Amino acid sequence: MKIIVCVKQVPSRDAILRINETSSWIQDRDIAYDVNEPDSYAVEEALKIKEKFGGEVVICSLGPERVQVAIKEGLAKGADRGIHICDPALDNLDALAQARAMAEVIGKEGFDLVFTGLQSDDYGFAQTGVILGELLGVPSATIAMAVEVQDGEKSVRVKRELEAGWFQWYQMPLPASISIQSGLNQPRYATLKGIMNAKKKEIRKVTLSDLSISKDLLVPKQKIERVYFPVKSKKTEIIDGSAKEAAAKLVTKLKQMRAL
Amino acid sequence: MTSVATKRMVQGGEFLITDANPNSIFTRDDLEEIQYQIASAIKEFFEKEVIPRAEEVESLNADTIRELMRKAGDVGVLGLEVPTAMGGYGQKKSTALLVGESHTKQSSFSGCIAVHTSVGMIPIVYFGTEAQRRQYLTKLLSGEWIAAYCLTEPHCGSDAMAIRTTATLSEDGKHYIINGSKMWITNAGFANLFNVAAKVDGKKFTMFIVEADTPGITLGAEEKKMGLTGSSTRPVFFDNVKVPIENILGEIGKGHHIAFNALNMGRMNIGSSSYAQLKRSISISVKYAKLRKAFGKTIADFGLIKHKLAEMAIKAYAVESMAFRTAGLIDDQLQSLDPDSSDYLARSMEVLREYAIESSIMKVYGSEAQGYGVDEALQIFGGNGYSKEYPAERDYRDARPSRIFEGTNEINRMLIVDMLIKRAMSGTLPIVSTGEQIIKDVYDTGPLPQIDPDQKDSSPFSKEKTLISNMKKASIMLLWQAAQKWMIALAEEQEVVAAISDCIMETYAAESTYLRTLKHIETKGEESSTYHITMMQVFLNDAVMRLEITARKTLAVIAEGAELGASLKSLQRLLQWQPINTVAARRQIADKIIDRESYPFD
Ligand SMILES: Cc1cc2nc3c(=O)[nH]c(=O)nc-3n(C[C@H](O)[C@H](O)[C@H](O)COP(=O)(O)OP(=O)(O)OC[C@H]3O[C@@H](n4cnc5c(N)ncnc54)[C@H](O)[C@@H]3O)c2cc1C
Repeated sequence: MKIIVCVKQVPSRDAILRINETSSWIQDRDIAYDVNEPDSYAVEEALKIKEKFGGEVVICSLGPERVQVAIKEGLAKGADRGIHICDPALDNLDALAQARAMAEVIGKEGFDLVFTGLQSDDYGFAQTGVILGELLGVPSATIAMAVEVQDGEKSVRVKRELEAGWFQWYQMPLPASISIQSGLNQPRYATLKGIMNAKKKEIRKVTLSDLSISKDLLVPKQKIERVYFPVKSKKTEIIDGSAKEAAAKLVTKLKQMRAL
Repeated sequence: MTSVATKRMVQGGEFLITDANPNSIFTRDDLEEIQYQIASAIKEFFEKEVIPRAEEVESLNADTIRELMRKAGDVGVLGLEVPTAMGGYGQKKSTALLVGESHTKQSSFSGCIAVHTSVGMIPIVYFGTEAQRRQYLTKLLSGEWIAAYCLTEPHCGSDAMAIRTTATLSEDGKHYIINGSKMWITNAGFANLFNVAAKVDGKKFTMFIVEADTPGITLGAEEKKMGLTGSSTRPVFFDNVKVPIENILGEIGKGHHIAFNALNMGRMNIGSSSYAQLKRSISISVKYAKLRKAFGKTIADFGLIKHKLAEMAIKAYAVESMAFRTAGLIDDQLQSLDPDSSDYLARSMEVLREYAIESSIMKVYGSEAQGYGVDEALQIFGGNGYSKEYPAERDYRDARPSRIFEGTNEINRMLIVDMLIKRAMSGTLPIVSTGEQIIKDVYDTGPLPQIDPDQKDSSPFSKEKTLISNMKKASIMLLWQAAQKWMIALAEEQEVVAAISDCIMETYAAESTYLRTLKHIETKGEESSTYHITMMQVFLNDAVMRLEITARKTLAVIAEGAELGASLKSLQRLLQWQPINTVAARRQIADKIIDRESYPFD
């Protein structure tokens, strides 16, 4: 099994966020980064499959120099090598454009499975995984809560999380792309031994010039207009009528507000 | 790397007589990515494995602690500094400092690891035989076994040479029979192995490796401690305990070298946990201060609360600067040794001994700075600070013993001066000639570098540079005059000795802080160094005033009349310093802390 895990670095959970001067995104100065949470689960799932079936786990990350830390974390946990897609022209693009760059690299690599996290803790688009599947021409499943490789490694059964506590089992042939939900396993942490071993592992750097993507395909189709903090407001409304009437009105209101 | 080999060795204690330049010291900003990677793996271990089980640890659940120690072994934290040839990871001291920062997260469990890896394992790593290492080290590295260290006895702690535990050779010559009582033994409740100090024939101080299940060993009840409730601390009694002669550590009669060297290494570690604890105190108390309202404001808006927050940060900055500087000195030397050479261990031990003065400074200054932090954090929490429902209370109790173990701060204060004098007498450090020269310069109004009131030297922070140089001179002047007056009997004048130590510590702290700041400016630019500079300036401002008061009081003990007058005048010449506006500076630092809800940077 050759599994490519796409890993993204996002501002760490306890980072104090500030909006940048142009209100287009947060200030990236002075903040710490972590591996996107569901991506850690994706790495773990890949390592578990490798332990069972053998093969190779490759960590792929797109982003500036700092994302090497995220790749190395995967290598220290047991992944075999890394690919760092690193080009300023690729930063701050939308999910489609970034997935194009990744799809080209991954396509050339060849794979049985591509894992992504379900969504990233920063933008939260939840698009990269599915777009990747589409661009690579393989079936995709999202929000995976279990992944079972079957049929002599020819297909995969995926437990997908639906809404309201419902799940769906879904079977598809390999190769495939799956986006992983947090919580499906217990991610291991790196050990000193792993960190030392990782020093010898390869991280291949890829820049835009290594790719044959025409510039106009990288023009974002989607743009963030403005980032702002939600305004906290308080509003009090008195619902009149008898207790029974008021309760009924209250239920309707709460339903409208999707609080029920 | 040749650059390492050709780097001049900075001697232990040398900081007092030569002015270092910023590029020669190691700082936190010089850490490499792999060091951060290691620290972050261990931090994750603490966060995922230890913190969720903090309650079990605090209630002293031995099974939990054993299990966590095995996991600590799997992660590799137990072998961090053990040479690779022995199955460890041979990491640098600076890595150990960074890793130590995670340790404030659960002080009791960290205490268990600290005792296990320092006084538990170091004697075996550095003084053990090949067979002892094979038999015990693997189990200790994996966390399968837990080690403890038995030095203190009911009637003696600081006065360690006065131990009464005896070891007598058995008739067949195959065993030593150990008898005696030990107290305050960390990890006792679940230790598999004790490193025990005893006197062979009631005279020769010797260390033994004793397996915990050897017949004749019994444990007393857990101490009802003020803090660190999740750490096992019990008396250990030895009643005719038969220990094979193969379990002697090092040589008979030389066990005190092992005992003291192991303690020396532990002292550095206290230094690192102390600045990390200061940072933790800042984080917990600033969050509280931003939420707690009084008189229509949040308490974080009050100047007196800002003062506390800023002072914690300034102290953390100073202690951290000293810690990494010292770690860098050690690492430079260790890196230049060949790990495959036969005398590698002996020479590594020498390196650690070389910087024993700096390690003692770290221990005393660090633990007292930490004491300030936990105390003021509790104060910021007000009444809630006194409640077990809030974190400040536990931190306060857990931090207190840092001033007691690994040599009390009183003992370490005396050691600092004692070690310096020994180095001066043996000619290792030219303190005597430097002292004479200084006295001459100071009294003869000779070519004494004075702080230039007209700022003729326009290089940045030249005033500070001169001031630090003069703090050294003032400290040496005190040391020299005291030594002249009392000679060997100086040790009896403990108040004077401790005061001189205080001056030396302020000087090391001030210079380390200053050099680190300048190095930061050089590498990152002045603009990104705003808070470094402000913290350095406030620290220096206050340090020189503390030093001056201590020195003035002490001079009045050493001399009187006209001689005292002359000394005081010289001191004044050395320490001319126009105070800065520390209120504005502290508010600026505090505002940054309040904004970030943590220490101003990193
Ligand atoms: C939580 C905790 C864990 C510990 N764990 C261990 C352990 O694992 N193994 C172990 O062997 N020990 C351990 N100890 C013991 C510790 O090392 C001793 O408590 C310490 O060395 C002080 O010795 P003491 O308690 O006998 O105090 P004393 O030596 O009686 O000192 C009492 C006071 O007198 C002062 N004093 C002593 N001598 C002098 C002097 N010459 N001049 C001036 N002042 C002096 C001291 O500084 C102190 O203030 C632990 C202690 C604590 C609190």
